[in-house]
Amino acid sequence: MKQWKRFKNSYFLHSFKRDRVAIVSFVVLLTLILLSILAPVIAPHNPYDTTTIDIMNAEMPPSWMEDGNPDFVLGTDIQGRDLLSTMLYGLRLSVMIGCGAVFLQAIIGIFIGMISGYAGGKVDAFLMRIADVQLSFSTLMVAIMISAIFQVAFGVGRYEQLAVPLLVLIIGLAEWPQYARTVRASVLGEKNKEYVEAARVIGLSSKRIRWRHILPNTMSPVLVISTIQVANAVMSEAALSFLGLGMPVTKPSLGSLINSGFEYIFSGSWWITLFPGILLVVFVLVINLLGDWLRDVLNPKLYKG
Amino acid sequence: MFAFAVRRITQAIIVMLVIGLLGFSIKQKIGDPVRDIVGVSVSVAERDALREELGLNDPFLAQYVRFIKNAVHGDLGMSFFFKRPTLEVILSKAPATLELVFASSLIIILLSIPLGIYTAINPRNLPSRIIMGGSIVGVSIPVFLTAIILIYIFAVELHWLPSYGRGETVNVWGWESGFLTLDGLKHLILPSIALSSIMLPLFIRLIRSEMMETLETEYVKFAWAKGLSRRRIWFLHAFKNTLLPVITVGGVQLGILIAYTILTETVFQWQGMGFMFLEAVERSDTSLLVAYIIVVGALFVVVNTIVDLIYGLVNPTIRITGRK
Amino acid sequence: MDHLLEVKDLEVKFALRMGDLTAINGVSFTLDRSERLGLVGESGAGKSVTGFSIINLISKPGYISGGSVIFEGRDLTRLTNEGMRHIRGNLISMIFQDPMMTLNPVLTIGTQMVETLQAHMDISRKEAEDISLEKLRKVHIPSPEKRLQQYPHEFSGGMRQRIVVAIALLTDPALVIADEPTTALDVTIQAEIMELLLELCESEGTGLILITHDLAVVSQVTQKIAVMYAGKIVEAGQTEDIIDNPRHPYTQGLIKAIPDGRNPGARLNQIPGTMPSLIDIPPGCSFHPRCMIRGDICRHESPALKNIHGYRSMAACHMLDTAEKQAGANVTK
Repeated sequence: MKQWKRFKNSYFLHSFKRDRVAIVSFVVLLTLILLSILAPVIAPHNPYDTTTIDIMNAEMPPSWMEDGNPDFVLGTDIQGRDLLSTMLYGLRLSVMIGCGAVFLQAIIGIFIGMISGYAGGKVDAFLMRIADVQLSFSTLMVAIMISAIFQVAFGVGRYEQLAVPLLVLIIGLAEWPQYARTVRASVLGEKNKEYVEAARVIGLSSKRIRWRHILPNTMSPVLVISTIQVANAVMSEAALSFLGLGMPVTKPSLGSLINSGFEYIFSGSWWITLFPGILLVVFVLVINLLGDWLRDVLNPKLYKG
Repeated sequence: MFAFAVRRITQAIIVMLVIGLLGFSIKQKIGDPVRDIVGVSVSVAERDALREELGLNDPFLAQYVRFIKNAVHGDLGMSFFFKRPTLEVILSKAPATLELVFASSLIIILLSIPLGIYTAINPRNLPSRIIMGGSIVGVSIPVFLTAIILIYIFAVELHWLPSYGRGETVNVWGWESGFLTLDGLKHLILPSIALSSIMLPLFIRLIRSEMMETLETEYVKFAWAKGLSRRRIWFLHAFKNTLLPVITVGGVQLGILIAYTILTETVFQWQGMGFMFLEAVERSDTSLLVAYIIVVGALFVVVNTIVDLIYGLVNPTIRITGRK
Repeated sequence: MDHLLEVKDLEVKFALRMGDLTAINGVSFTLDRSERLGLVGESGAGKSVTGFSIINLISKPGYISGGSVIFEGRDLTRLTNEGMRHIRGNLISMIFQDPMMTLNPVLTIGTQMVETLQAHMDISRKEAEDISLEKLRKVHIPSPEKRLQQYPHEFSGGMRQRIVVAIALLTDPALVIADEPTTALDVTIQAEIMELLLELCESEGTGLILITHDLAVVSQVTQKIAVMYAGKIVEAGQTEDIIDNPRHPYTQGLIKAIPDGRNPGARLNQIPGTMPSLIDIPPGCSFHPRCMIRGDICRHESPALKNIHGYRSMAACHMLDTAEKQAGANVTK
């Protein structure tokens, strides 16, 4: 209760209430996440249930158009699945993979950043050089390379079966340097502060100082980049799926849905591409807007670039 | 400066050796050089003989050293599908990709500098707010979606521009160029806009924030106190100092465009390295895949090293002391 | 009415989200040709803001909200941007605090000097370089021809401040505003720069406004002193009057805080408390919470700067009589 009261009076909440963009973004994001969690309950059809899918329904336009069917509000995709339901399930996959990947990169990144910042010297130089090189290759390139290698190594069939955990792994491995750099920077900033000095004088072990004293103080930059990293991870997942290196068409994420619709755009079936596209953009946009707002409010020292 | 250059180049070589090691390990693990050469319809005995002959039973390190030696001589193995040396295949596709990246970089540089400066000088007025709002929407739209939307509007609906391929090209000393024909340029428009769409917002924001930081410095304030014209203050005093961080971050970002060519080339069926790479993945053409990784890795390393050296040249502090 | 500069009831505000903050509240003073004035006070008193508002160069969100700055008969607060540009660096130039940050790191000294001249005069680069060389010699920079081609980081802090002084004097301005010109420098170099500045101002007949927290420095350089506290002038007069016979309790406190060479080892008297921030300037006399001799009236009524009976200086204090006794007591101590 006490914490709630403190939160209610905080500058954080105050500046949130003043910022209309932040409020709208937050509401939209919350709605989308709820929709994705509840997809199995609220979706009018189950796109994974092959028995209910009729190929004869393929490429139906949205219900308000001439050949539309009120059963399929946003039309159907190339396999005759209800587009709205498929999108909700797709969003669910994108959110799951995005959050999973960010969780993984945060663990790797915080661990490496902590060691690097705390140890300093050669260890630091070595780890940060790796992070630098990987960043300079761009996270997307690294993700594409790793997924390409995995796909060749596993074979397409096996890869598609394991797509969700593999994508989490790929994106996690590709994007940890952002975290490592940010955590390292704030560890360096905290390391020489008086409270750490005090903890050392008391005789606390360096392990305890690291995790119990320094780590909590690096959390606000981690929070800021986490929001943006979720957006990045969702974008990476979409890009991989679009290239055929991610979710298969049988279990499409938003990216693979856009990919499957792309060929049909020339024959006029624009909705298969457009609706999932809009959903993806809105989802990423609100996260980016919230991330921007968070950065302004918490104003941590972030790694530039 | 000389010591600085030597150190940068040494680092670049080490990074290349590591990339080579990664590529080589991938080849060892999942590739099959015998198949690359003779295909699948050869007896087991013959394959074993070939294995021995190719030195595939040698220790790992010996094979790696041989791999690096060959790579330095331009031999990155044979492509299983094309039945040609992989480097040759990649080099034949490179002009398409490089021209695309060049055109996009041009768009990015020509637009982001004036827009970034404008929004830094007038941070609060309406056009600036629109530009900044647009830039955050811009980073939220995936490149492939931008590409598809462009195709739908300008190719499918309006029929103004072609939707795929490079169009007519001219061979200039072995370089297939699309820059020299009207048809080639027309084909270049949509892909290069799509490719620049991801980096343009980032560049505008980068230039804006760096420029705003410089405008707050004491030396800019002193320049005002000297009674200089605003143009001179903005475009010489402030912008020249903005340029340094923009070159370091921006140079690397332009290199990253290569990654996004994979997406753009797929949508526009642009016959470049990215398109070839995806085909290689589909065909499990391991040698070609590894060769692509090494060539693109080299490209990144070269770009980064050049950016560092340019930074050293532009920044008088480094130029004299040789230190960063 | 022949003052070089007349600042009248100057008022500067900062437009913040929560409302406007008054940083400068009715500051007035005059300066004659070739005259040197010291603006003295703790940091945050509004000295620098006053200095910058003379050439209308206050950082955002600050703005001049009232009063006038009459320079050579023209009100500078009413000039257009272009009109103001012809004043800045031409008739009035400034010297900043930290020479490490005042010079643009990516431009040569030559460029930064020549551009100043070319901004105000229609002369060739060659002519501008000649003037620059002459000024560099005046501030004792050795081999100036070579130095003109160098970048700021190739100079020491003291050298850079000499160059800044040279830039300030390039166009032979009528007035130089020096904002804490020696604070960022090594102690050994401080006196050197101050001497140079004084010597040049005297020989060229340049007016000087010296902004500093250091009364000792001011006493050696300027003819007049204005002491500022929380955005107002609390005491103003001839330098020797203020130093030898301070009237305002704040000035008295400042002077007591100067280490005295005659009494080594003696305890320094600090004024208790700190200066109020702009957000919560106390009502009445803004100095009263720290004042040893405050009376009831000080809590409610803000004192005006007025002539003191029997003295040449002016002070803004209700309790001048008590202050006089206080000063007398100090003398006997």
